[in-house]
Amino acid sequence: MTPEPHLVDLTQAGVRELNAALHALERDTNATHWRVTNPGGRHALAVGLAAPVTVEIMGHAGYYCAGMNQEAHIVVHGNAGTGVAENMMSGRVHVHGDASQSAGASAHGGLLLIEGNAAARCGISLKGADIVVKGAVGHMSAFMAQAGTLTVLGDAGESFGDSIYEAHLYVRGRVESLGTDCIEKPMRDQHRRELLDKLTDAGLAGEVDVGEFRRFGSARTLYRFHVDNAASY
Amino acid sequence: MCGIAGLFAKHPSIEADLGAHLAGMLDALAERGPDSAGFAIYSDASPSRVKLTLRPPPGTDPNALLARLGIPDSTIRPRGTHAVLSVPAGKATQARAALATHAPATIVVGSGARMELYKEVGLPADVAHGFGLAGMQGSHAIGHTRMATESAVTTAGAHPFSTGPDQCLVHNGSLSNHNAMRRDLRRRGYGFTTENDTEVAAVYLTARMETGRSLGDALADAMTDLDGFYTFVVGTGSGFAVLRDPIACKPAVMAETDRFVAFGTEYRALAGLPGIESARVWEPEPARVYAWERGRG
Repeated sequence: MTPEPHLVDLTQAGVRELNAALHALERDTNATHWRVTNPGGRHALAVGLAAPVTVEIMGHAGYYCAGMNQEAHIVVHGNAGTGVAENMMSGRVHVHGDASQSAGASAHGGLLLIEGNAAARCGISLKGADIVVKGAVGHMSAFMAQAGTLTVLGDAGESFGDSIYEAHLYVRGRVESLGTDCIEKPMRDQHRRELLDKLTDAGLAGEVDVGEFRRFGSARTLYRFHVDNAASY
Repeated sequence: MCGIAGLFAKHPSIEADLGAHLAGMLDALAERGPDSAGFAIYSDASPSRVKLTLRPPPGTDPNALLARLGIPDSTIRPRGTHAVLSVPAGKATQARAALATHAPATIVVGSGARMELYKEVGLPADVAHGFGLAGMQGSHAIGHTRMATESAVTTAGAHPFSTGPDQCLVHNGSLSNHNAMRRDLRRRGYGFTTENDTEVAAVYLTARMETGRSLGDALADAMTDLDGFYTFVVGTGSGFAVLRDPIACKPAVMAETDRFVAFGTEYRALAGLPGIESARVWEPEPARVYAWERGRG
């Protein structure tokens, strides 16, 4: 039998109180399921977790929700504000609504799944995490993304992948425009396998066909110094 | 930083509590703008009359001020540090001239058939309380909480800035070419009362509309002519319009139900509105003008 979740009502408890309780959890804690009610768009909900527990946010979250996450599974039953799962190291963050700008910024590991749209700069400076967006992503997404994957089932906004390093970008919809040094690349079997892995992790295997996606990545003319590009640095 | 809130009623129940809702929204944005706050609120017009919201020097007796102006069939109603002078529609110009002559230290904060405009230095909750915002009613309102960047923390530097009859502007961001634009507008005969960048944007929009451009066109022109970052919310007699700069530098959230349309810099500002749980909530796209209008004026 699943134990009842630990309830935290943010009209009664403060955000510091919530985060302190979550930080105090040991890796082998029995308190593995938490439910946060009345989030009201408050900032910094469930940040800095380091235990394999599930935290459900029952409404809209503010800025930096699930930031620096390690191992935890954080579910937002609503929209997330700026910088959801920023600098995530591992674990899983699932946003049922839309995400504001800079979703998954600088994230090193784990999976960020966004059911709705993500705004500008999704996956900016991505460092190894996997991001899957079922809707569209805004302009300058994957800006300077170094490693990891960004998979977009919808469209991508202007200057997609600007100044990208070695992250892998997969888009099913339309790309408004590519940023500097970002190019379309052929989908080889290894990429189809990688994309299928990410879709499977996100629970989307069978919902979409990997053959519908295009791949984008670095032309590698900008981040490797070349004197002809001096003006672009 | 800075915070903006806007609320447009689509239902009488929201109109009745419009001021209370806006006061809650401004308080929720206090962290983003603790220096000063202000709001413009639009209510039904009295036929053939114009309201001038005034900020007289401290200690001014409103009735003595009214007598000094000598405008026939005029009334004055103090509210906090401000007062609303009501004059027959045809006497607005005469009233401004009388104010300049007989009460030169009194500032005209805004004017129009429907708009009243209040702003003051201090925490948003204190400013709202000082003006009795929670007791006010109306069809729509916009407000601002300020964290000053481009100019000093003064009442005159607080938002909204009036842009013309029943028009006002609030701004989150900062403009980098406001000095050049101010010089250009001054050469064309427009006056300024502060060194504030937002006042330049307000005067710019008024100037564009005086050439026959619509509010939407004027905002589109602003994207070409104003350099910097901004989320603008413009209030008019019949509604409000929202514009974010092309790179969406400043945050913005909107919500709509069958009873209201609301704008907030952050969702926190909207979290207390009735029925928000089931509202459609979205971020306005960059470089796109959103506008809501109501049928009556």
